[in-house]
Amino acid sequence: MAKVIVVTSGKGGVGKTTTCANIATGLAQREKKTVVIDFDIGLRNLDLVMGCERRVVYDFVNVLQGEASLKQALIRDKRSDNLYVLPASQTRDKDALTQEGVGKVLDELKESFDFIVCDSPAGIERGAVMALYYADEAVVVTNPEVSSVRDSDRILGILAAKSRRAEQGEEEPIKEHLLITRYSPRRVSIGEMLSISDVQELLGIPLIGVIPESESVLQASNSGIPVIHNEKSISGQAYTDVVARFLGENKPMRFVDEEKKSLLSRLFGT
Amino acid sequence: MSILDYLLRRQKRSAAVAKDRLQIILAREHSDRDGPDYLPAMKRELLEVVSRYVEVDLDKIQVNLDRDGDCEILELNIMLPEGEEPIKHAAAQ
Repeated sequence: MAKVIVVTSGKGGVGKTTTCANIATGLAQREKKTVVIDFDIGLRNLDLVMGCERRVVYDFVNVLQGEASLKQALIRDKRSDNLYVLPASQTRDKDALTQEGVGKVLDELKESFDFIVCDSPAGIERGAVMALYYADEAVVVTNPEVSSVRDSDRILGILAAKSRRAEQGEEEPIKEHLLITRYSPRRVSIGEMLSISDVQELLGIPLIGVIPESESVLQASNSGIPVIHNEKSISGQAYTDVVARFLGENKPMRFVDEEKKSLLSRLFGT
Repeated sequence: MSILDYLLRRQKRSAAVAKDRLQIILAREHSDRDGPDYLPAMKRELLEVVSRYVEVDLDKIQVNLDRDGDCEILELNIMLPEGEEPIKHAAAQ
């Protein structure tokens, strides 16, 4: 049975699209047939992060409005046969996303994919609600920072109240996962950043991973190759672990402690 | 953290401050979220009425809705400032 995963956060700029691109790529690397959908109508960006921006012909809104078939709109990833991207439209308004229309598209995708990953826009408006409405599982992307934590808490409230599973009340509620991104063990150790346990305690949902702050994430989006392809990057490795945990494997958290420093550098903080 | 930093540090570390602030605001937002739809508006109006007669700090007012079995309890807690004169003109209106 196909699984619908929403990647959401409330706040913008915390790494939703990056996370979507990497989780989807990671699932495809694990031989799962995966499609990733950009719900950010009017502000298409997943295509850039995935490196397929020049191959967009039709988009999600074209499909919703019957102007193109899914087959025409889906873009196959250059690096994986198992991975497809459904881009957002760049021009049209958000009213194109109707609950019924989105449901139909997802039902059709469920016939041929194992995982459907939905990239939510920021905010708590229609686009964000549509992205999470049909979800079976949710990855809540949070930076260890006050506004991001508060907005994640808001989104958890919306998952619990406005999703299909919440409204119909027949199935289990959406399975929620906390993903902390842009984490800096050094800043946590000097008391400048909320720690993993702080964020977990505040939000009260199980942790699926911690992505350390790393230069390679920006380099990856610069070149349109998700960082999970970069085996040397600690962020890439952290995403690989997230995908493994998603598939039920037990992986210890990595890159969450500060690198050991010499006594002298500790004393003088160099 | 270097020892020099530690010795010079007088303030609470900012991460701890962030956590405290978040704990308070999230608790408040949860109580708004879980309560009935009319609760925020009712709170606001209650506060308006009270502040017409006494000058109170908004932080000194707590409105809680608790459930005890079948019974719902609305609790309004107002800390009145000490030795404060009532706002006469407003009360007279």
